[in-house]
Amino acid sequence: MMHAIAEGVFGFIGRRTTAFLKNIHDASKMINSSFYWTFVSPLKGKPVRIKATVSEMVKTGYDSVPIVAVISFFVGIILALQAAYQLKRFGALIYVADLVGVSITRELGPILTAIIVAGRSGSAFAAEIGSMKAAEEVDALVSMGINPVRFLVTPKLIALMIMLPCLTLFSDFIAILGGLVLSAAALDISPSSYFQQTMSSLLVKDVVTGLVKAWAFGVVITIVGAYQGFKVEGGAEEVGRRTTASVVASIFLVIVFDLFFTTLFYYFT
Amino acid sequence: MEKAIEVIDLVTQYGDRVILKKISLSIPRGKTTVILGGSGCGKSTLLKHLIGLLRPTSGKILINGQDTTVMTEDEFNEVRKKMGILFQGAALLNSMTLSDNVALPVREHTKLEDPTIRIMVRMKLDLVGLSGFEDFYPSQLSGGMKKRAGIARAIALDPEFLFFDEPSAGLDPVTAAGLDDLIMKLRNVFKMTIVVVTHELPSVFTIADYVIMLDLGEVIFAGTLDELKASDKPRIRMFLERRPEAETYSPADYFRFIAGN
Repeated sequence: MMHAIAEGVFGFIGRRTTAFLKNIHDASKMINSSFYWTFVSPLKGKPVRIKATVSEMVKTGYDSVPIVAVISFFVGIILALQAAYQLKRFGALIYVADLVGVSITRELGPILTAIIVAGRSGSAFAAEIGSMKAAEEVDALVSMGINPVRFLVTPKLIALMIMLPCLTLFSDFIAILGGLVLSAAALDISPSSYFQQTMSSLLVKDVVTGLVKAWAFGVVITIVGAYQGFKVEGGAEEVGRRTTASVVASIFLVIVFDLFFTTLFYYFT
Repeated sequence: MEKAIEVIDLVTQYGDRVILKKISLSIPRGKTTVILGGSGCGKSTLLKHLIGLLRPTSGKILINGQDTTVMTEDEFNEVRKKMGILFQGAALLNSMTLSDNVALPVREHTKLEDPTIRIMVRMKLDLVGLSGFEDFYPSQLSGGMKKRAGIARAIALDPEFLFFDEPSAGLDPVTAAGLDDLIMKLRNVFKMTIVVVTHELPSVFTIADYVIMLDLGEVIFAGTLDELKASDKPRIRMFLERRPEAETYSPADYFRFIAGN
C-alpha cells in the first residue's frame, strides 16, 4: 500500500517535472531559432521576406492605431482626474501635467500598448500558426525546404520590434493630449501652460526607457504567440486553447518583464 | 529494377508504442509505387520518414544511395529540392493566391526573374488543368481543385520524386479518377518516381506498377499488381475483398471487457 502511494507521488512529480523541462526546452529552442533567423541568417544570404514584414507591420501596427488612440486618450483623462483629486488639496494642480507625463511615458504607455497588441496580434499569431500547423501547412513548408520559423515568425518579430515602440510613442502623445484636454476643460489649466509644464518635467530618458520596454514587449509577444502556435498538434479545439493561452501568457510575461526593466531603470539610470 | 529509395530495418516508436517494426523495402525508379494498408498500419508514418518530417528510432533510409537519417536539416533540404509532396488536405498556404503558392518553392530555391517564374507557374497550373485560376485563393476552390493545385506546387521544381498522401481521400469518384489520370500522366511523361500512400482500391488498380502492403507495422507484401491480385495470404485477401475484421473476442471475453477487468 505504502509502496503504491509512494510510486504514485513520485511518478506524478516526475511526469510534471519532465513535462515542465520539455516546455522550457521547446521555448528556448523557439527563442533561439527566432533570433537566429531574424538576425544571423540574413547576414548569411538568406534574406528576410520584406513584403510579408511590411504586411505584418500594417496588420499589427497601423491597424491598432484607432484602438490604441482611444484607450490612451481615456487613460490620459483618467490619470489627470485621479492626479487632480489628490493634488488640488495642496493647491498644486499644475503638477497634474508632471504626473501624467512621467507615468505615461515611463510606465503606462508601453504597458497599455503591449497589452492591446498582445490581445490583438499575439493571439492572431498563435491562431494563424496553430491553424497552419493543424492543416499540415507547416509540414508543407518544411517539406519544401523552407524553415517555418524564418517564413512565419521572422516577419512578425521584425514587425513588432518596430511597431510596438512606434505605437508606444503614439500612445504617449495621445495620453498626454488626453490629460491636456481634461485639464483645460475641467481644471482651469491653460493648454499652453500644461504643455510647458509637461515639457519641463519630461526627460528624454523617461521616453527612451519606455521605448526600450516596448521593444522587449514586442519580442515577448511574438515569441509567446509563435511558441503556442507551433505547439498545436490536434485540430481546431486546440488552436482555440493555444490562442487563449498565448494571450494570458504574453500579458503575464509582459508584466514580469516590466517589473524587471522598471527595477533596472530605477537603479541604473 | 533500379532502386530509387531503399528502407532498411526501419523502427519507429512513440514512447512504448512501436509503429514500424523493423521494416525493409525498396521503391523502384520511374515507377508508381503504392503503399497500401488499413488505417493505423503505419503507412503515413512511413511517408513522413521518407520526406524527413520524422526521424526514425533506428534504421536507414537511402535516397539515391544517400542515408537521409544521418543528415542535418540543411543537407536534407538539398534532397528535399528533388522531392514534391501532395499532402492529404493539399496544405496550400491559405494566405496566398494559387500562383504565389506554386511559385513559392521556385522563389525560395532559385534566383530566377519574376517573369520567368510567372511563365513556369502558368505552365504547371495548365498541366494540372487549372489555367485561369492564378489569382484565386485556396479557400475559393473545391477539394479536387485544391489537390490539383497542390500537385502543381509539388512539381514546381520538376522533382525526381513525387509523394502523395491519400490523394483521393474525400473526393467523389469522378474527381478521384481524374486525379489518377494526372498521376499516370506525370509518370509517363516526366518519368518521375511516384510513391502513393492510399487505401482506395480502385485507385490502386489503376495507377500502381508496384505495391507494398503494410499491416500492423510490418511489410506483408511487396510486388507487382498482378502478384498482389494472385496472392492468397489471408490478410491481403481480406483487404482486397473488403471483408471486415473477424470478431476478436468471445462473449465471455467481451463481458469481462465491458465490466472493466
